[in-house]
Amino acid sequence: MTPFTKLTSKSVILEQADIDTDQIIPARFLTTTESAGLGDKAFYDWRRGENGALRDNHVLNHVNTATHQILVAGPNFGCGSSREHAPWALLDFGFRVVISSDIADIFTSNALKNGLLPVQVPADIHAQLLDKPGLSITVDLENEQLSADGISCHFTIERFARRCLLDGVDPLGALLAQREAISRFEIAQIRAES
Amino acid sequence: MTPEASRWLTAMGNDMTDTPQTLYDKLWDAHLVAPEGKDSPAILYIDLHLVHEVTSPQAFTVLKERGLDVRRPDLTKATLDHSVPTLPANKDGSLPYATEDAATQVAALQDHCADYGIELFGLGDHRRGIVHVIGPELGLTQPGKTIVCGDSHTSTHGAFGALAFGIGTTEVGHVLATQCLFQRKAKTMRVRFTGALQPGVSAKDMALAMIAHVGADGGQGHAMEFAGPAVEALDMEGRMTLCNMSIEAGARVGLVAPDETTFAFLEGRERAPKTKDWADAVSQWKQLHSDDDAHFDQEIEIDASTITPMITYGVSPDAAAAINGQHPALANDNAREAADYMQLQAGQDFDAVRVDRVFIGSCTNARLTDLRAAANILRGRKVADHVAMLVAPGSEAIKAEAEAEGLHSIFIAAGAEWREPGCSMCIAMNGDKGQPGELVVSTSNRNFKGRQGKDVRTMLASPATAAACAVNGYLADPRQFAGQFADSDQTEESSAA
Ligand code: SF4
Repeated sequence: MTPFTKLTSKSVILEQADIDTDQIIPARFLTTTESAGLGDKAFYDWRRGENGALRDNHVLNHVNTATHQILVAGPNFGCGSSREHAPWALLDFGFRVVISSDIADIFTSNALKNGLLPVQVPADIHAQLLDKPGLSITVDLENEQLSADGISCHFTIERFARRCLLDGVDPLGALLAQREAISRFEIAQIRAES
Repeated sequence: MTPEASRWLTAMGNDMTDTPQTLYDKLWDAHLVAPEGKDSPAILYIDLHLVHEVTSPQAFTVLKERGLDVRRPDLTKATLDHSVPTLPANKDGSLPYATEDAATQVAALQDHCADYGIELFGLGDHRRGIVHVIGPELGLTQPGKTIVCGDSHTSTHGAFGALAFGIGTTEVGHVLATQCLFQRKAKTMRVRFTGALQPGVSAKDMALAMIAHVGADGGQGHAMEFAGPAVEALDMEGRMTLCNMSIEAGARVGLVAPDETTFAFLEGRERAPKTKDWADAVSQWKQLHSDDDAHFDQEIEIDASTITPMITYGVSPDAAAAINGQHPALANDNAREAADYMQLQAGQDFDAVRVDRVFIGSCTNARLTDLRAAANILRGRKVADHVAMLVAPGSEAIKAEAEAEGLHSIFIAAGAEWREPGCSMCIAMNGDKGQPGELVVSTSNRNFKGRQGKDVRTMLASPATAAACAVNGYLADPRQFAGQFADSDQTEESSAA
């Protein structure tokens, strides 16, 4: 996993509430057995019209992800299906951070495991950010601090996930290191059974 | 004693403080390989890992890349449900897959199961079905277990007093490799349904009323326990519907404390504890309930007797209202946008909304009792000429039982299609879907834009309501088909009570 420490980039706004993972990547693209290359499918039905042609009037079709890597979205972002294809698609599209007042639990967990930072901010800060497309925002994970043009706020990331992200370490290694404790638990279970 | 039961007994015995605990607390404590600390989440042991073709291939790839084994293939069970066709096999025996990718995905799971020694309830197996339908049906789902699956509706299994939740693909890999997960404890919320349901009102209506009440994110970060007389009166199918939909209120898990209804459902099932262990298991399971004065972070009460048949009108499941009423006023931009998409207006009578298609299926409402409720309305009636109706049973076993009762003949005589088991139009990735612009009344769980096909307008409802809409051709309150509720729901509820 690519480490995440600090990022300064510009924002892209999708202000709808309840953007579910079916919007982020429609189910018909889930027949893939790969996790790479899903960026093209991100928000597919929002970005493309009848014949699959890109809609000129959709904001995501005018994003330069070299400079705009922060997505600011309406409340309850990432609700719905547990598909990890959603953060895979957002990352492959070019986003590194999602900011909302409220991000769904499973999406948060999936995003953190892939190096996409889900940042939950208070409603008043959220409202200010939603109002300013293209705003340059700095997200500092070490200090859990968001700052932008007079706006500043603290956010929290679950501490273990934060450590893993800062170091670019996959939590699977840490779980595998617990093999002995897991075996002890299983042995206790077998004893209880007999 | 089952291993799960003995573990939580030990865990409870260790709790010297005697603090009253919620059911969630008890289940949590019993599965701690390591407790949570400030810097580290808890390590939770998983008793049952359910796997399907869509969210697992990338997890197996990681396992292969890292040269890891599946730690407990015996606790891992797989099935094929999401991308398999519900149409019958072609003449040459091959299945009519929607895409080549779908066939590849199915083959990949078959290969992975063979490679790692995982039991697969696959094509041709009479135990195959939607993952959240077959777990309970086979008796794999039991009170006191931790159950995970790469699917958000894993919350369904909480109906048995199991700690069950959906996970992403990376976590599927974690469980395959270690049988454990890093987890932070959730907050707790109790939803008490007082009173009794009226005839013609079902668990699906309770679920939609609850989601409308708490909101699509109202349960976020919470384990939601359903309690009260109206929940106790539900059969297991109804409790599963309720827990299934808890995720649509944003909750991490749904729970119902196990009772005689639970035990009666499980007794004699293929993978339930055998006769000699049964009494033991039941006496342990009986202790799985929230203590009398346990503290919940949030408490909500809903009077079940006030609930009427519900319908969703927006693009989020919390946009739900009584079907015999009107579309509510548009409170904000989101509501306006949703109404635009749905081609509905504020103040419009729901019974004037024309229906194009009806789907009865999904892990929410494709069990035998659901099919019976729909068949009761359709018996001796016809689906309106302009409506296409599809019925996909939740599993091979349900299909066989329904056919033995003759339910399929009722559906077919009414003009509906009777399909093979699978997720079908719930997720519309196997080729079963609506056409752009169509209005679909569906017994599934999500009315998101495009969930049932590009630009399809989905309205969620109970099986009885969906059947009533099919007959009417317009949205309809199932209670207008008088006399349909005397024999089905009511007798079952009173015998369960
Ligand atoms: S029926 Fe729908 S919700 Fe249930 S497992 Fe299948 S796709 Fe998921």
